[in-house]
Amino acid sequence: MRALEVVRPGPLALVQDLGRPGYAHLGVPPSGALDVPALRLANRLVGNDEDAAGVECLFGGLSLRAKTSCTIAVTGPAVDVEVDGRAAGSHAPVWVAPGQVVTIGAPATGLRCYLAVSGGIAVDPELGSRSRDVLSEIGPAPLKAGDVLPLGTPSLPGGADVVLPTVAPASLVVPIEPGPRAHWFEDPAAGLAKTWTVTAESNRVGLRLDGPALTREAEYAEQELPSEGLLTGAVQVPPNGLPVVFLADHPTTGGYPVAAVVRRASLPALAQARPGTLLRFHSSTRVWNR
Amino acid sequence: MRWRAYGEHAALLDCDSLTQTIAAHAAVSSSRPAGIAELVPGARSLLVVETPGSDALAAVRDLLEQADLEHPPEGESREITLDVTYDGEDLELVARDAGVSIEDVVRLHTGAVYTVAFTGFAPGFGYLTGLPEPLRQPRLPSPRTRVPPGSVGIAGEFTGVYPRVSPGGWRLIGHTRAVLFDPRADPPALLSPGDRVRFRSAG
Repeated sequence: MRALEVVRPGPLALVQDLGRPGYAHLGVPPSGALDVPALRLANRLVGNDEDAAGVECLFGGLSLRAKTSCTIAVTGPAVDVEVDGRAAGSHAPVWVAPGQVVTIGAPATGLRCYLAVSGGIAVDPELGSRSRDVLSEIGPAPLKAGDVLPLGTPSLPGGADVVLPTVAPASLVVPIEPGPRAHWFEDPAAGLAKTWTVTAESNRVGLRLDGPALTREAEYAEQELPSEGLLTGAVQVPPNGLPVVFLADHPTTGGYPVAAVVRRASLPALAQARPGTLLRFHSSTRVWNR
Repeated sequence: MRWRAYGEHAALLDCDSLTQTIAAHAAVSSSRPAGIAELVPGARSLLVVETPGSDALAAVRDLLEQADLEHPPEGESREITLDVTYDGEDLELVARDAGVSIEDVVRLHTGAVYTVAFTGFAPGFGYLTGLPEPLRQPRLPSPRTRVPPGSVGIAGEFTGVYPRVSPGGWRLIGHTRAVLFDPRADPPALLSPGDRVRFRSAG
């Protein structure tokens, strides 16, 4: 059987593909790789379709033994990749012989690296996806030592590709659009434009921020919000005034107001924002309180 | 009722009532314009997410402008009956607060026809509306850390069934053996927004 065996998972290694959108009405989060372009690139480098399942590896430390010859590629932030202790490099296809061990180091910047393998990881899908959803616990459990990951049938790599590693900056400017409850807050665009710090409580569900709390308009100060739909990138502000930016494993409905929504193109950068990263939201929309 | 902006590819319809929400969801889901990526009802709202590049949001706006949202369509929804053993830990509390007997609680809960208004909290957890007035009661002051799967609870204007083990603050009146959610089944969830639900006492 074509397979990879987990030697060490590192802090958190999860099987991810492009997720299971379309089930929010049943309470199922979209899930999927947080840094979608990185997973797509890794798949292209090994000759897979872009939606094949790979491993999302939080802060490196993943070590896998090939049970068969295969081609792997690691993308995301620049990171050391070794095969049997010899440097192989990220952002390039690497051929691995049966029995050899691939080890991913800790990235110098950013958080999440993506390992793709020729044929893709072929665990059984749930709701059309092999992604692990940490909120609902759908999809394959976090990888642990000794796990054997079956692989699909490989095809040939498609040739040259864009192979630049990303560098996750220490501070981010995140473009936003108004959210459905922007009018609940006093000058939300100005409040969100202040400097926020990504906290260590952040995960695949959401990025939790610390900073100068947003204030509600007096008329909404004590107001309860009936549960309403959420989406990836929604900036929800609970009663403590500190925003949460929802990522792929977000709950599908929630009872706190959403002040803003991150533009879709900036979501991959949020996937790489470490605790301590400074972040400001920027809006080019003039009318926020309607 | 009004539309509210929700980022680049979505809009939220703010509804005046739960009835209007259910009607709006039924109207959109019955004719489902192309390009809708997600259609997520809430307690007083309907979130519409479009596939980038489609004009689904505009199509939904047009559709709802012509729909009669005061009279939800009847008869098109599925009806599901759940067998419940009424042995919940909070049954006595619920009866006391309702000022009725335990038998009356069962009679009230099984006598109504409910509609799945929306889901959330966990996959397959439906918020069912249609709860008789005496059973509309607050949540527990502090939630339980572990509610067993299949537990039937009430909270505010809703009743529902916990699909899996989770923390929870709803008052528990019974349990069902029905499987509410299975990610490997098709469909994965027993209850979907718009479905009608009855509870039947399994003794």
